[in-house]
Amino acid sequence: MKISGAEAVIRCLLEEGVNLVYGYPGGAIMPVYDELYKFQDQLQHILVRHEQGAAHAAQGFARATGKVGVAIATSGPGATNLVTGIADAQIDSTPLVCITGQVGKHLLGSDAFQETDIIGISTPVTKWNYQITEAHEIPEIIAKAFYIARSGRPGPVLIDITKNAQFDEMEFSYTKCTKIRSYNPKPTLNHEKVAEAAALINAAKKPYIIFGQGVILSEAEAELKALVEKTGIPAAWTILGLSAMPTDHPLNVGMLGMHGNYGPNILTNECDVLIALGMRFDDRVTGSLSTYAKQAKVIHFEIDPAEIDKNVKTTVAVLADLKEALTALIPLVDKNSHESWHNEFKEKYKIELEAVINEELAPTNGKGISMGETIEMINKHSNDNAIMVSDVGQHQMFACRYAKFKTTKSNVTSGGLGTMGFALPAAIGAKMGMPDREVVAIIGDGGFQMNIQELGTIFQSKVPVKIVVLNNEFLGMVRQWQELFFDNRYASTIMVNPNFCAIAEGYYIKAKKVTKREDLDAAVAEMMASKEAYFLEVMVEKENNVFPMIPTGASVSDIRLS
Amino acid sequence: MENKIFTISVYSENNVGLLNRISGIFLKRHINVLSLNVSDSEVEHVSRFIIVVKTTEKWVQNIVGQIEKQIEVIKAFYHIDEETIFLESAIFKINSALLFDERQIQNIIKESHSEIVTVSRDFFVISKSGKRTEINDLYNKLKRYGIMQFARSGRISVSKEKMEVTSLLEQLKS
Repeated sequence: MKISGAEAVIRCLLEEGVNLVYGYPGGAIMPVYDELYKFQDQLQHILVRHEQGAAHAAQGFARATGKVGVAIATSGPGATNLVTGIADAQIDSTPLVCITGQVGKHLLGSDAFQETDIIGISTPVTKWNYQITEAHEIPEIIAKAFYIARSGRPGPVLIDITKNAQFDEMEFSYTKCTKIRSYNPKPTLNHEKVAEAAALINAAKKPYIIFGQGVILSEAEAELKALVEKTGIPAAWTILGLSAMPTDHPLNVGMLGMHGNYGPNILTNECDVLIALGMRFDDRVTGSLSTYAKQAKVIHFEIDPAEIDKNVKTTVAVLADLKEALTALIPLVDKNSHESWHNEFKEKYKIELEAVINEELAPTNGKGISMGETIEMINKHSNDNAIMVSDVGQHQMFACRYAKFKTTKSNVTSGGLGTMGFALPAAIGAKMGMPDREVVAIIGDGGFQMNIQELGTIFQSKVPVKIVVLNNEFLGMVRQWQELFFDNRYASTIMVNPNFCAIAEGYYIKAKKVTKREDLDAAVAEMMASKEAYFLEVMVEKENNVFPMIPTGASVSDIRLS
Repeated sequence: MENKIFTISVYSENNVGLLNRISGIFLKRHINVLSLNVSDSEVEHVSRFIIVVKTTEKWVQNIVGQIEKQIEVIKAFYHIDEETIFLESAIFKINSALLFDERQIQNIIKESHSEIVTVSRDFFVISKSGKRTEINDLYNKLKRYGIMQFARSGRISVSKEKMEVTSLLEQLKS
């Protein structure tokens, strides 16, 4: 039976188990939208307010569910508006399939209306991209797109479809892609390397595990827990590794990185064997590489060969899917407790508690509400079990430092790219992907205004997300740097903000503003109890800083507490 | 780490857009490509890129890792000059009158082992394959008489050692 290319696109999505897509229509993608209309009982389309919102919503969906997120846009500006979300997905290894319309094949290269070279533009920020110019290519290419997006180290794929290919008829049949001859997503596990790793771990006096999103992407949470519990090795998470282990697990020592915890950073330079699991030694984690873990033997479990020895030279590299590798490793490691080593983390935590955490969570000296205590309040009223979607900046660091997690895939944030404007649309995707979970978006007053239009999507599609804006009337993180490194010259970081509650109410979203500490508890309780979307603005202390902090280019040993 | 000349070989599918994907990897790292050649390889439908760069070994490892990561790339390698047999080709277009007026030119052509490709009333064309230094040498000798046009190809090379890719490519053939 012959069908149109546009209908084939929809049937391919259904074959891949997609029942939810985010997008925005326009001229060059209209045939696909016509089919979305016809298939609306099988495939839900959420109309966003800007294509960037579609990309971030698809990311939020993917991060919270582990499935591939799908975003659709038209040619030209529709396609270019997706690019920030695609770049974000690329650097944070998020599986995404973006479908863009394109002018007809006969118009390619003619500077036609809304023609743009989205293949050229998206190449550096996609795992793969392809321009379909003939209808018959659609099933094979879309099958490849989903396979590439989700396999190996996941990432975004963009498929650009010319309008003629959407209109033309083709004979439809669908076979899922399981192999591409030039692509090896899952390196074969080398058991000798696992044995070498086990020998190093068993001989170590101060072994230290640092884990990233690889644990979540390979669904190795149980294996990580088993490894940690058998060996007694303290484990710290990267920002994208958050929630891969319960926060209150006794062997979870906290967060790495520029604004991570004191012990996990400083003790990186004290351990004798550093075991990196599914993480990529980002500069925000390592600080200065020339002084990073030089005393330690480094074991790197990683699926992407290009990450091995990229930043940190390894003693043993185990190139494999993490779940498979840890399954092989666990029987080879000795049972241990490493008590005195563990006590070093506890001592460092005590220092951080007294210097930073206590004051952040219960401010004294008549200071205004802190971001940390707001996060604590959300923990309290969500029973430590919400999906936290954070934007980028100070509030993000406070959310990542103080939010508590019981369940994996509960921390959705823009890590690698640091995309302000990420959280509001990403929260939409996370909530729609996990409708039974509470989803709380934590956003600053700056980032909120970068995709504020998505309040319209939340209203129209009735997405019951909880939105918390931590308002300090500053671009807080930049202001902090200006205070610390630019002699308090607050260049363009002062925000004169509108009445956010009125804006939320303009979209018929319940809204409340808290300015006093004594009102915070009840306000957060009311928000969390709401069955509908809810907007809470919290006026926080204006010039608080995030500490600890490793200044750019400094060593992890030189982490500052104030 | 010191900068050295590296020859990067890439075996890939022959698809639209891959050149852009690969060149972007150099662009992102602000590395200038000294020469680039794309051709068929020993396996049907498999392309071979030969890219010459001057950089550190650490960077070339990083680059080769990123290239190999591209979906349509089958395998990528890097070699230093001592590990490969390599050459470039150049063609020179010269005013025909010189061939008769300047006797020395005939000697230069003969000594450089270059070939005369064509001779017409107005100009003649010679070609020369070899190392960059040999081509530069010929260029410098001819320059004083006036070169009407000059073009040099990118480097092509084969490795002295057996390429690890051979068995992989054998499988693709079957």
